[in-house]
Amino acid sequence: MTATGTYSPQPGAAPLARMIAAQAVLETRMLLRNGEQLLLTVIIPTLLLVLFSTVDVVDTGEGAAVDFLAPGVLALAVMSTAFTGQAIATGFERRYGVLKRLAASPLPRWGLMTAKTLSVLVTEVLQVVLLTVIALMLGWDPQGGALAVVTLLALGTAAFSGLGLLMAGTLKAEATLAAANLVFLLLLVGGGVVVPLDKFPEAAQDVLGLLPVAALSEGLRDVLQHGAGMPWADLGILTAWAVAGLAAAGAFFRWE
Amino acid sequence: MRSEPVVQVQSLVKRYGTKTAVDGLDLAAQQGVTAVLGPNGAGKTTTVEICEGYRRPDSGTVRVLGLDPVRESAALRPRVGVMLQSGGVYAGARADEMLRHVAKLHARPLDVDALIERLGLGSCGRTSYRRLSGGQQQRLALAMAVVGRPELVFLDEPTAGLDPQARHATWDLVRDLRDDGVSVVLTTHHMDEAEQLADDVAIIDAGRVVAQGSPEELCRGGAENTLRFSGRPGLDVASLLKALPSDASAAEVTPGSYRVTGKVDPQLLATVTSWCAQHGVLPDRISVERHTLEDVFLELTGKELRS
Repeated sequence: MTATGTYSPQPGAAPLARMIAAQAVLETRMLLRNGEQLLLTVIIPTLLLVLFSTVDVVDTGEGAAVDFLAPGVLALAVMSTAFTGQAIATGFERRYGVLKRLAASPLPRWGLMTAKTLSVLVTEVLQVVLLTVIALMLGWDPQGGALAVVTLLALGTAAFSGLGLLMAGTLKAEATLAAANLVFLLLLVGGGVVVPLDKFPEAAQDVLGLLPVAALSEGLRDVLQHGAGMPWADLGILTAWAVAGLAAAGAFFRWE
Repeated sequence: MRSEPVVQVQSLVKRYGTKTAVDGLDLAAQQGVTAVLGPNGAGKTTTVEICEGYRRPDSGTVRVLGLDPVRESAALRPRVGVMLQSGGVYAGARADEMLRHVAKLHARPLDVDALIERLGLGSCGRTSYRRLSGGQQQRLALAMAVVGRPELVFLDEPTAGLDPQARHATWDLVRDLRDDGVSVVLTTHHMDEAEQLADDVAIIDAGRVVAQGSPEELCRGGAENTLRFSGRPGLDVASLLKALPSDASAAEVTPGSYRVTGKVDPQLLATVTSWCAQHGVLPDRISVERHTLEDVFLELTGKELRS
């Protein structure tokens, strides 16, 4: 064996941190390049925020509409990226053998999942910054502490990621595409995002309040609109979804 | 050279439901190029994917570079390059972007630009993967398999659907890999690909290896070879038979067309031509038909390879 040939073997994995960083950068780039994903993660939340804050479509209760809407739209943004976007992207990666091919690379599976999470977090930071700036321009007056907000967003991300990956890893890509969009739409209407939950019949409210997007938007609203401390009940609901979703995804996810 | 095989498969069995895809398969791939040859559905891809760690065998043992592909996957993956039969790339990624990414997952990758140039992927430009031609997608998958400077690459149908020019570019790369000390295990259902590239060929049919050896060994063994010549009709075949070695046979197939079968070597040819000289026969035509892998395959399995 010659040591000098162009192709002579010099195998080796890159350092783990470098692999995960490279993977996270690529995943984020793929997401930001995808028009449909941007529609879901950026354009729809922005439009809802602007439209419903400036036009009196829904009765949002006392106070400025934007104070009610901004927390809900932040919850929607988290759902759009961690659940809908991640489910659809991962579903098609599974369908097109991307997950399979990466499974043969030096990057371990947990490294791939870490990179996906990082990519989701980066996207969420961009969303939160954009939506916060727009909301402030619309006269938003946020209350409460940053720690509670960050905790809610992180637990919401974990809950939605588990559910999104569960869907992507068990359904066909086309079914995931359809179901993820449908769920997005249903939760947008019925999850306390732009329509206050108290507009629904009382019996329905109790059930809807247990939805992850409802827990996230109500929790954010308690803090940002009403200046509450840690919204423990909502954090509890999100934790339960996160544990159940991630455990189910871990158990049932199929890589090809 | 290492004496231990790069891939060692023993008594491998894999079932999908009631269907047995791999049925007690034994295979040893040495350093160099090994072609796993067989018709569609013979179990080639299943066998290779078990070696790549994608599937667990129902029974039997598999060692790749001495390691268990499932249990010791973390140690094995950096050392092995994989080309899947299709897909493996983000639909929205560009060819160079994906190749650079795979390179980043390795410690000492090949020069990506040189590899892009070599495989003619430079013309892909800013086109996303889903819009690349089938041939470009194939070549990208090949590049992704070799960019990490592996010791061993698995290529599953590396030239399926390629035009002749791209096919030869792929063959040239496989030869260069071999010359630089990279072992290659490839699956194919093209005889000529196996004959052109492989040091060793394993013929698979219905989930088993039915023959293994160098292309020359496989063509020499098994089937008998044939020498044909034509001359005036009604020559004395019995006297020709007397001149030939005892294991050879001769016949006038159609008037004036003669066939000698047996171990066809230079000596046999000399015997036939000197017999012709003694009998004042000038053959219009004399030809030696060596068996191809195609004949060997047909004889071993009773099937045409290209289905």
